[in-house]
This record gives sequence, C-alpha cells and structure tokens, in this order.
Amino acid sequence: MSETLLDVQDLNVSFPSRGGVTQAVRHVNFTLGRERLGVVGESGSGKSTMGRALLGLTPRPGIVSAKKMTFDGENLLDCSESDWQRLRGRRMTMVTQDPKYSLNPVMGIGQQIGETCRLHLGANAAEARRRTLSMLEAVQIRDPDRVYNLYPHELSGGMGQRAMIAMMLVAEPDLLIADEPTSALDVTVQNEVLRILDDLVRDRGMGLIFISHNLTVVSSFCDRILVMYGGKIMEECKASELHRAKHPYTRALIAAAPSLEVTHKELATVTRDPAWLA
Amino acid sequence: MITVSDLNVIFRSGGRAMHAVRDVSINVDPGETFGIVGESGSGKSSVLRAIAGLIESTSASFLINGAPASGKRSRDNSRLMQMVFQDPYGSLHPRQTVDSILREALIIHDFDNQDDRILKAIADVGLSLQHRYRYPHQLSGGQRQRVAIARALILSPSILLLDEPTSALDVSVQAEILNLLARLRQTYDLTSILVSHDLAVVAHLCSRIAVMQFGRIVEVISAGDLREGKAQESYTRELIAASRGFSRAQ
Repeated sequence: MSETLLDVQDLNVSFPSRGGVTQAVRHVNFTLGRERLGVVGESGSGKSTMGRALLGLTPRPGIVSAKKMTFDGENLLDCSESDWQRLRGRRMTMVTQDPKYSLNPVMGIGQQIGETCRLHLGANAAEARRRTLSMLEAVQIRDPDRVYNLYPHELSGGMGQRAMIAMMLVAEPDLLIADEPTSALDVTVQNEVLRILDDLVRDRGMGLIFISHNLTVVSSFCDRILVMYGGKIMEECKASELHRAKHPYTRALIAAAPSLEVTHKELATVTRDPAWLA
Repeated sequence: MITVSDLNVIFRSGGRAMHAVRDVSINVDPGETFGIVGESGSGKSSVLRAIAGLIESTSASFLINGAPASGKRSRDNSRLMQMVFQDPYGSLHPRQTVDSILREALIIHDFDNQDDRILKAIADVGLSLQHRYRYPHQLSGGQRQRVAIARALILSPSILLLDEPTSALDVSVQAEILNLLARLRQTYDLTSILVSHDLAVVAHLCSRIAVMQFGRIVEVISAGDLREGKAQESYTRELIAASRGFSRAQ
C-alpha cells in the first residue's frame, strides 16, 4: 500500500499578467501512495490550481515548474500533449464540483460514460454498454437501465455527481483528483457519495486527492491532510490528529468553524501572519 | 413577535402545481433567533420568503408584532422586517456604490439625516469610511455581505430575516459575519429567523430550530438537544449524524 504513485517536489504554478506575476502555488512538496490525501484551504489558497497542474490542465498563460513531478515513475514535466492524452482519463482523472457544468448536456448519460470506455479501453459498443451499466450500479444508481438513457438535466445533483464519478472511474484509473466533489450536495447525499469513493479506493487500490474547504468532511474521510494557504502547504498531518494540529493557521481554521460538539460564545477569527508566506 | 399557523405555499406554472410549503406553523418570540434547517428543496427558503411577503402564501393566521400581515403590507410594515440574502454577489446592484445602495432604502422610507445614518450603518457592520464610495465588485465576499446587512439594518427594523447568510463565504469570513450578527442582534434587540443547511451554523446562533423536509416541519428542537443528538424524529437524527462528518456505517 505504501508504493508511491505521485511524487511532487517544489511545484510552482504562476500566472503572468500585465500587473505582475501571480504565484498561485508555491514550493509544494508531497508524495501520494494508494491512500486518501485531503487538501484543505480557503478560496484562493491554490488547492484547485494544484490539482489541475497535476493533470496538466493549467490554463494559459499559467506556468508550471517543479524539481520533480512523477506519476508511477513517469516524468510528468516532460509530457507532450499526446502523453497527457494517454494518461488523462485512463490512468489519472478528476471529478469536479458541479455535475451540471461537467457533463455534456446534449448527450445521454450512458453514451457519455460509454465514450470513455471506447476511447480509453478500446471497448466495442456492446462491451462499453455492459461496463457502463455495471459502473452505474457500482455508484449505487438504483435503476441503471433507465438512467443510461437519461440526459444530465433529468438527474438530481446527487445522481449527476454519481454519474460523473462513474464516468471518471469506468476506465479504472490509478489516481483520482476530486475537487470539492460533494460541496454542492446535501449532507445526507454527501455521505453516500463519500461512501462510494471510499469503497472504490479500498477495492481498487486507487490513490485519491480530495480537495475541499470543509475540515469536518476531510478529517473524517481522509488518511492524511495537507493544509494550504496562499499557495503554500502550511502543515501536513494525519487526519485523525487534525485536532492536535500545530500550525497557527490550521488551529485558527478549526476554531473559526462553528461545531456541533463545542459551544462557542463567540467564534475565533483568523489573523494571518505575512511570515507564513515568506 | 411572529406567529404563523398553517402556512402553505403553492407555486403554479402552466397546469402544474408545486406544493412547496405544507401547513407550517411557527411562533417566534421577541428577541429570539429562530432557526430553520433542511436540505435543498425542503421549503425552508420559501417559508422565509412567505414571511417576508416576497411570495404569495395562504395561512390560517399570520401575525407580526400582533398585527395581521397577510395581504398587502404598508410601507411602514415592510420597513420593520428586513432580509439578508445568500449570495452577496447577486444581491447588490453592480452599478451602484455602497453609499447609493444604502441611501436608496432611506429615500424610499423618507428618512432624514441620511448621511449620518449611512456613516453609522457602515461603522455598525465593521466597514470603514474608505468603503463608502466603492462598487460591489471592489469588495470581497465578506465585505459585500456586510453591506447587505448594513442595508437591512439602516432602516432600524425589529425583525431580520437571514437566508443562508454565510453559505457563500469561507470559514474564516463566516466566523466574522456570524460574530457580527450575534453582536448586532444584542445591540439592536433584533428578532430574527435564520435559514441554513448547515446545522452547526444554526446551532451556534439559534435557540430553537425547526427541521424541515418535503415542505413540512419534521420537528422543532432546542439547540442544546440538537448538539446532544436528542432528536425525536429519525430524519433529524440522520441529519445530525451526517453533519458530524463521514462514517462508514450505513
């Protein structure tokens, strides 16, 4: 289980513009095995930008640089566009926040998932259909045959998110980057989706990077956590030991969130120290 | 302060009718912060909008401050009840400065000393003078929500209706806004109703909480019982368990 899937050293992502260079991700180091790694931070902390950089999806004119960035032994820094196409979808993939914007609105659900099978696995139409239906069943969609023929707008938020997870996982990738996969969902649905992700990580030995702003979800779901602020990793800790976090920013984030466990007269506010980014 | 019984909201479009709120009865005491939680589509926002008079509703009785509030409201009545919306990006006019956003409310309600009131409202919500002539796009999400709160409070209402006031904000900004709301309700003796999908937020600010599902109130529970998980209904227990984080158990 400790085999290294992803090894990132000194990852930087910057966006040059007329007003100067914006450093979105600064000197990020981490490794990922076949485990669940949580990345938490507030908006603008660079967590999504980092996730995109790992998939070679940094939009222009962004610049990605790193000392080392390897996926299963393959150097991602030297990847050509065709190398990326071979990796993305097949070996590494991403689930985004809102299924409404990530599914093709004029294509049936089954057709979209089947397309992934045909493209990446070379499956024929019958094989693609079979795999799609069994994948829809794996993400606990009750009536796969009916959902196969539906369009994205006919699905609820939770169903759409499950369909998207099915599409991303049908090619059986080794690495899944989930960017706020449950933030648009109701709490009860959120836990169902998390359970599905959890099963898939366990059964298939997948590596998962789970990006979220929600400390409660991340600490209860992941094995390890990276806390990001201003593009830098402030702290890395075991999820079960988040309450013993040492960095003042992590502590402040925990204290600022209202909780069902503790009653606060007043919530602590976060004071930021410029030295954190030095 | 607010007494509604058997509130019903039905949305009709074409030949279809959608029964969004069914027989909801709420009683909010003066000075209380009453919470409504529920998942999307449970009708929690519709209850709030019906109380604000923004959408049509029917009810057996509907009293605000002891006066009947169904039907058309006078300008004075609507001044007493102000609302803060979820999305601070969508609820402020993009082409108006903070000053004119606040002033418009004062003009509509014929207030005097407009400049003094604007300055006081800006100070009340923790903004500084330099924000007075800014446009919404020049402010952060938290600052915009402060403007929305200032816009509500500048008319000195006695009731504040809050529709997911912090769900578009980061945790650290949410903490600042929640603290601000707690401070303001003390200073101005406000009665408020807070609608949210976040149990922890509601338990933090409210004393009593109504849990809604499918347009009905499942149960009304005290914040203490909610924290201890002492809920009567299984749906409430499920909601509390889900809010405490992920667990393997089905």
